[in-house]
Amino acid sequence: MTQKDNWKIWEVFIRSKNGLSHKHAGSLHAPDAEMAIKNARDVYTRRNEGISIWVVESEAITASSPDDNDPLFAPADDKVYRHPTFYEIPDEVGHM
Amino acid sequence: MTKEMNLEERFQNYVDQENKIEPKDWMPEKYRKTLVRQISQHAHSEVVGMLPEANWITRAPSLRRKVALLAKVQDEAGHGLYLYSAAETLGADRADMVQDLLDGKAKYSSIFNYPTPTWADMGAIGWLVDGAAIANQVMLCRTSYGPYSRAMVRICKEESFHQRQGYEIMMTLAKGTAVQKKMAQDALNRWWWPALMMFGPTDDESPNSAQSMKWKIKRKSNDELRQEFIDKTVPQAEYLGLTIPDEHLKWNEETGHYDFGPIDWEEFYNVIKGNGPCNKQRLGARQKAHKEGEWVREAANAYANKQAERARKEKGAA
Ligand SMILES: [Fe+2]
Ligand SMILES: [Fe+2]
Repeated sequence: MTQKDNWKIWEVFIRSKNGLSHKHAGSLHAPDAEMAIKNARDVYTRRNEGISIWVVESEAITASSPDDNDPLFAPADDKVYRHPTFYEIPDEVGHM
Repeated sequence: MTKEMNLEERFQNYVDQENKIEPKDWMPEKYRKTLVRQISQHAHSEVVGMLPEANWITRAPSLRRKVALLAKVQDEAGHGLYLYSAAETLGADRADMVQDLLDGKAKYSSIFNYPTPTWADMGAIGWLVDGAAIANQVMLCRTSYGPYSRAMVRICKEESFHQRQGYEIMMTLAKGTAVQKKMAQDALNRWWWPALMMFGPTDDESPNSAQSMKWKIKRKSNDELRQEFIDKTVPQAEYLGLTIPDEHLKWNEETGHYDFGPIDWEEFYNVIKGNGPCNKQRLGARQKAHKEGEWVREAANAYANKQAERARKEKGAA
């Protein structure tokens, strides 16, 4: 009997070393979380790329839509006062 | 209609400014289709590409060579997986892609339909076949589709050891006994022309190339890549003291490139059509592996279902 494997897609996140955040490495197929971790270890950490793996079902991720990029991100464009260089502090004060 | 045109213009503009396209961005249907075809073919090539070398793992001449070859072949499996994932981001279904390969409906690089009768073929493959693949993949690191580009960056990082281990094998043989050197030369003779064919038909014979270049899926033409590869490889062959099997091969002072003889495109199309020396054998090996792995996939599914069921019950009881 042949059936489509109906394995879920998992997104893989890897922490390369302690002190750094997990970073998205890619995705893979697996029937469950346990196998997803095992596959992620073989697929994404063959060269000491990580010391910790997270796997998340792709379906569980909600993403912002590229169509909303303007309303979401444009408002930050004109807020220069959120950056340190906006403020004038004389050099004599020293590094601040 | 005009709205569609506007979208396409905007898309082209966005690409022209060297922006990467991401899965949820609007893209022309033909861009998506071209990528799904190209990426899935690329994935199949990585997977089928394991076969000619796997043939030699158990017969490697030393443990050092064996672990290297094993690691290389395992990398190729990984490359196939990265690429199937990239194709999935475009809405392609992995099971369908795999099925197309098994049914003989999908293409993969014709180079893998050549046999590997001697150990020297492991050297020639790493040096020439991975070398040619690298030239193509380095270019694809800058492809306009984000997930494909990222897969390529990862792949390129892993590829350079593939070529080096191959060249090291060639070096050992070329500096060995007369018989070993002859073996290396024989492998070069057999792999040289098929390796040049890996870059695909000449520019005037590849009609879809222009659109791919415009969309920045491809960044260099087939002929450009082929020439680069030849220019880079000729000195490497000279270093080995081996002769490239092309009587027309000659440095051209004016162009600053090597001139080379005509490629037998009839052979190329013939192998693509399925008449290469190993097409049937390769496909047969894939089908057999897939069939023999079926019980593993089924067992994994059964286990996953049982665990999920148990978790549901425990939750219900609590
Ligand atoms: Fe590869
Ligand atoms: Fe490779």
